[in-house]
Amino acid sequence: MEVGKAGRILRIWELFFTFMKIGVFTFGGGYAMLPVMEDACVAKKQWISHEEMMDITVIAEATPGPIAINCATFVGYRQAGILGAAAATVGVILPSFCIIFAVSLFLDRFIGIRWIANAFRGIRIGVGLLIADAAVRMMRKMPGTAVSRLIMAVSFGVMLLANVCSRRVSAVVIMAGAGVFGLAASGVRRER
Amino acid sequence: MAGTIWELFLGFFRVGCFAFGGAYGAIPLIRDMVLSHGWMDDEALACMIAVSESTPGPIMVNLATYVGSIQAGVCGAAVATVAVVLPSFVLILLITAVMRTVIQNPWVKAVLEAVKPCMAGIILATGGYMTIKGCVLGGGMGRFPMDVRAVVIVVVLWGVLAAGRKKKRVSPVMVMVLAAGMGVLLYGW
Repeated sequence: MEVGKAGRILRIWELFFTFMKIGVFTFGGGYAMLPVMEDACVAKKQWISHEEMMDITVIAEATPGPIAINCATFVGYRQAGILGAAAATVGVILPSFCIIFAVSLFLDRFIGIRWIANAFRGIRIGVGLLIADAAVRMMRKMPGTAVSRLIMAVSFGVMLLANVCSRRVSAVVIMAGAGVFGLAASGVRRER
Repeated sequence: MAGTIWELFLGFFRVGCFAFGGAYGAIPLIRDMVLSHGWMDDEALACMIAVSESTPGPIMVNLATYVGSIQAGVCGAAVATVAVVLPSFVLILLITAVMRTVIQNPWVKAVLEAVKPCMAGIILATGGYMTIKGCVLGGGMGRFPMDVRAVVIVVVLWGVLAAGRKKKRVSPVMVMVLAAGMGVLLYGW
């Protein structure tokens, strides 16, 4: 398909604005963003097919970073190369960047108000529970093999113990350990 | 200032490289970093996670913007945000452009399959610890008396979340509104 230079620039702007809109309306991030992305990129703009959308979900699972970013980069690249990828990614981040930056300017004073501080004492506990709940959800979706259960239990134990004893054990180190163990386990499986 | 900005870049770049495990996967990593630099304490972090949940955008990116901003203004915010996004941006480009098959490689799969349960364990430990810490009055772990009001909040919210796991998922914002309401109700206006 021959697209002139002007057409390409137009395409890049379109990517930027579409993803900026997506960025404004997706609260909470994560998988909450998927239906919105699918609606915009597959149904409305027909930038990618439904199958490609499934593809990107698989790739997002296998790579670090939020799925919204992964999706924006993927669609942008497909439509207009590296510049398109950059435009879509910046677009999807920009709204929350502005909002959070504004919040950061006055949050301190805001928390100083007594009843708000008390509300945040409750919220603090709610946040801890939400994080734990996310982990429980992940575990339910995981295959219940002995290896994955063992990895989970050991990572949990090490991380909790490190926290309780106020020792710094980096999560990255635990992940690296798990990765090596996973490689070894799959090697053993293949030997048999 | 330049030193801080460089530290922000390095720290958040590292977070971006290892943030597997969905929306909450980055929280243990970010907590690790902000605590060790003394940029934030657990209380401020929990506040900010709550704010991130109730505003648009991925939690990881929002936290990067916030930490960057309070440490080094607009510049810090921009640097931290770019740094946290950069690894996944580059990886996705590489995968879509040249290495489509890399995620089907059996060795890569073996590592990824091991990292997932590991992240689940790490996230559970982080969430559990933050919850328990919110229930202890003053002092360190294992000290009494426990904060009875906090325990009440834990029991109610965990009940709501558990019910949500069976039926339709309760939205995080709903959980936080409930938590805030109980906070004001139990600790006073």
